[in-house]
Formats: sequence, C-alpha cells, structure tokens
Amino acid sequence: MTAALTDALLLAGRNLRRIPRNPDLLVGVTFQPIMFVVLFTYVFGGAISTPGFDYIDFFLPGIMVQMIAFTGYATALGISDDLRKGLIDRFRSLPMARSAVLAGRTLSDVAMNVIALVTMLVCGFVVGFAFDSSAPKIAAGVGLVLLFGYAMSWVYCFFGLIASSPESASAMITIVIFPLTFVSSAYVPTASMPDVLQAIADVNPITTVVDALRSLWLGTPAGTDVGFALLWCVGIAAVFAVLATSRYRRTVAR
Amino acid sequence: MGAIETDNLVKRYGDVRALDGVDLRVDEGSVLGVLGPNGAGKTTAVRILTTLLRPDGGSARVLGLDVVRDAAALRQRIGLAGQYAAVDEALTGQENLELFGRLYHLRRGEARARARDLLERFSLSDAAGRLVGTYSGGMRRRLDLAAALVARPEVLFLDEPTTGLDPRSRLGLWETIRDRVAEGTTVLLTTQYLEEADRLADRIAVIDHGRVIAEGTGIELKDRVGGAFLEIRLGDPDVQADAAIAALGGVVTERPVLRDGVLRAAVSRRDGTVVDALRRLDDAGVDVDDLALRRPTLDDVFLTLTGHAAEDDAEREPEAVRR
Repeated sequence: MTAALTDALLLAGRNLRRIPRNPDLLVGVTFQPIMFVVLFTYVFGGAISTPGFDYIDFFLPGIMVQMIAFTGYATALGISDDLRKGLIDRFRSLPMARSAVLAGRTLSDVAMNVIALVTMLVCGFVVGFAFDSSAPKIAAGVGLVLLFGYAMSWVYCFFGLIASSPESASAMITIVIFPLTFVSSAYVPTASMPDVLQAIADVNPITTVVDALRSLWLGTPAGTDVGFALLWCVGIAAVFAVLATSRYRRTVAR
Repeated sequence: MGAIETDNLVKRYGDVRALDGVDLRVDEGSVLGVLGPNGAGKTTAVRILTTLLRPDGGSARVLGLDVVRDAAALRQRIGLAGQYAAVDEALTGQENLELFGRLYHLRRGEARARARDLLERFSLSDAAGRLVGTYSGGMRRRLDLAAALVARPEVLFLDEPTTGLDPRSRLGLWETIRDRVAEGTTVLLTTQYLEEADRLADRIAVIDHGRVIAEGTGIELKDRVGGAFLEIRLGDPDVQADAAIAALGGVVTERPVLRDGVLRAAVSRRDGTVVDALRRLDDAGVDVDDLALRRPTLDDVFLTLTGHAAEDDAEREPEAVRR
C-alpha cells in the first residue's frame, strides 16, 4: 500500500513538474476563472435576476463549481498524449501499482484545483463577493469543492483513456461536460428554465453541488443538498475510478 | 530452459488473428530477431511478453515466469523499449531516468547515480539537463533504451528500436545494443529490416500474418532465399530478353526472370561474377542500362517464404501473383 502511494506521488510530482515548463497548463486554472468571474459579474450580472442575492454572491459558487468541473481537462489530454506516445505502455511494463498513473494524475489535479479555487476567491473578493456564513461551513464548502474536483478528475482519466487522440478527448469533454455545467443552477435559478430543462437541471449533480455550496457559503436553506452533494462526489469518484482503472489495465498505445 | 518460451500463442482482435499460434524460444544470453512486415504481429507478441496484453490462447514464460499469472514479478526483471521513444518530453533526460529508476523502486540516490551513469554510457551527459523535447530523434531513442535498462533487466525487449532513425543513429544504436548483449542480457528484438536482424541477432524468426514462417540463423535464412542475385536493367527488353537469358546461362544458378524490363537471377557468390556476366552480355550484343549484384532483402525473404511481398498487402499482392 505504501509502495502504491509512493508510486502515485512520484507520478503526481512528474505532472506538477511539467507545469512551470508549459505555462499553457495554467491557463485553465488562472486566466480562465478570472475571465469568467469578470465576464459574468459585469456582462451578464445586471441582466440575470437573482432574487435575494447580490449577483456576485449568487454567481461565485456557480462559477467555482463550473471551473472546477473543467480543470481535469488537462488530465484527459495528458493521459491521451501519454497513451499516444507510448508512455503508458512503458508505465504498465514497470513493476509499479496498477493504480499509480491514474492516482498520480488525480493527486496533481488536487493541486491544480487549489490554485483555481484560490484564484477565483481572490478575484471574487475583488469584485465584491462576501461569505455570509460561519468559518466551519466556509471550510466545509472549500472541502466540498475540492472533493468534487477530485471526483471529476476520475471522469477525465476515463475520457483520456477511451479517446483515440487528445483531439477526440477534447471533443468528448465539450459535448458531455459543457452542457452539463450550463443546464444547472450554476448561473440562473432552475425555476427560470423551460420544464424539460428544469427537470434535467434539478437532477444534475452540478446543481446539487452548487446549491450545497451556496448553502455552506451564503447560508441559504440547505435542505438535503449537502448530503446529496457528498454522495454524488463519492459516487462519481467510485464509479469512474473503477471504470478508468479497469480500462487502464487493458489499454495499449494506438 | 529458455529465457523466453512461448507455446502456441494466440491473440485475436475481432476476426483478425494478430497471433495465430506462435512458438518462440530464446536461450539465455542470446538475441532473437523477430522479422516481419507491419501488421505481422510483432508488436502484439512483444506486448504479451512484456505483460501489457493477455493472450487469448497458448502460454508464454519469460525467465520461467508466466506472463499472465506472474506478471508482477516479471515486470521487475524485464526492460521494454518500444516503437515510440516513450520518454517524457517535458522532463530532462536526467529527470526521465530518475523517474523510471524510482518507479523500479530504486532509492533516490541510487536512481540518480544510475541515471547519470546511463546518460554517460549513451553519450547523453551533455544533454542530461536539457528538456527531452529539444532532443533529436536519435537521442530520444537512446534515452528510451537507457530507460529500459535502468533496473538492469535480465531480458530486454526492443520493438523496432531503429524504425525512423537516420543511418548514422541506427549504427550508433546497434553498437549500444551489442554492448548490452556482450554483458549477458537476453534480447528479443523486432524489426522490419533483415540487415538489422542479421547484424544483431543470433537467430531470426520470420513472422507473417501472426505465424512464424521460418526460423534459423541469418545464414540459414539467406540460403533459403538463395543468396546473392544479379539485377540487370536491359536497354531493349522486348527484343533482347531471350538473348540476354541465353548469354547468362553460364553465370546464373537458376533461369532469370524478367519483370518491368529488369532481369533477375540468382548467382552463386564468388569473385568476378559481375565482370563475367557483363562480358557475356556484351559478347552477345545485349544493351545493358544497369547491372548490380544484390543481396537478399526482407522483400526477397518474404517472396521466397510466402509468395507475397513483405510490405503487404492488397496493393502488392497482385504484383506477387503476376510473377
């Protein structure tokens, strides 16, 4: 078990070491979140009605969850690229834990998610965001965001392994994840949507996580959201960890 | 006991039998060259032997360990260098080898020293601190090979180690592989080039459509192909082909075959063959555009052993049939 952890940490270190050498990887966790916070606050903010909230207070948890849902993008592309270049073949021929490559990716993603989260909070404070909650609940919200990001990393691992190329991984993500983040309560109250979309939005895990985060950070009535958000995160992580790991065992360079 | 032994190995992809009952045996400390065209099943065989793929039938043992049941134990004792230089371009050469060393569970200091030592032996010391993304193709392959040697494997698998390399880098890599062999490493090497198999391997297995179609030393295989042959491009093949064939009677060991204006005939290897042939053709008044003594290529081995060309498949097949 400790050997498996050491292997995963070695590979996480490898992923992180690439970042300063390829600053493109940082765009998704710095520039992009800042852009979204600013765009939504100043461009759309005035046009969308968010009853009972300042719009930045309503938006920030939504933007946070959407951005975190996307930081694994680089992981899917990275895995797909490793596969194409034969690195995954090499890793699989080494006497290391079968889980190490994927666990390493998901661990380095945690670091990326922390960067994204801090960037968005700082940017949010600058444009007027304020917590309306207790410190433990705020901390619980941070934990929930990171847990959600971790679960999403496994989804991206799976995408990276089943895609035939980084380009096709990218297309898959755009088709699956992008609509999922918008048909949710991230930017507008779901009650404002047409019936069909509202039904989808209400069962969308992104909605559950966003609503849970709003209740933890803004003191909105929580209902069952926090519990279900945790269940969703654990469920997504468990299902996709199993799918991705079993795919990894069988995959070879194409 | 052989270092590598396979028994009736089968691997299917849908309806395609990538491996259709392959038997291989490699003695400890020797080099087996697995020779075949693209799609023959070479890479599939290497992937099964390096535990990356599970066979659908048959069995394989490396160092006495079953590649399926004892996969974990086996991985510690083998090295793989694939068709692609499987190294991380965003890391330096030193960082790459250190990472692989650590993943083979060497201690940090040990991995660092081993990396430095290998970089030196592969003439990469000057580039040790540079990102691999800036390396040339030959340097990447050398680093890839070094990565396969980090844990001093007892058996080394090289899947087309020189494909895509320029001739100079290829020679350099051959040298390096021979050094490893001299140190007692057992090597299984796949290649599309007869010359490469010939220069590096003790024995050669020719593989086609997932089957071993011939096995032996380089000399044995070439003898089956028929050794050297003459290729003569005639100035006026339509008119003078028969005269040329008649004139060559005393030189060739089989009746020459005409194709696309080129006469081709096996000759026994001896001094003066070319001069002799040219003199006879000249005496018979045959116009010769070009005349060369050639040695068998993979194409020739394939033509002889299978009746179809090595580069396969649909496009070349009719041509082979026409002969």
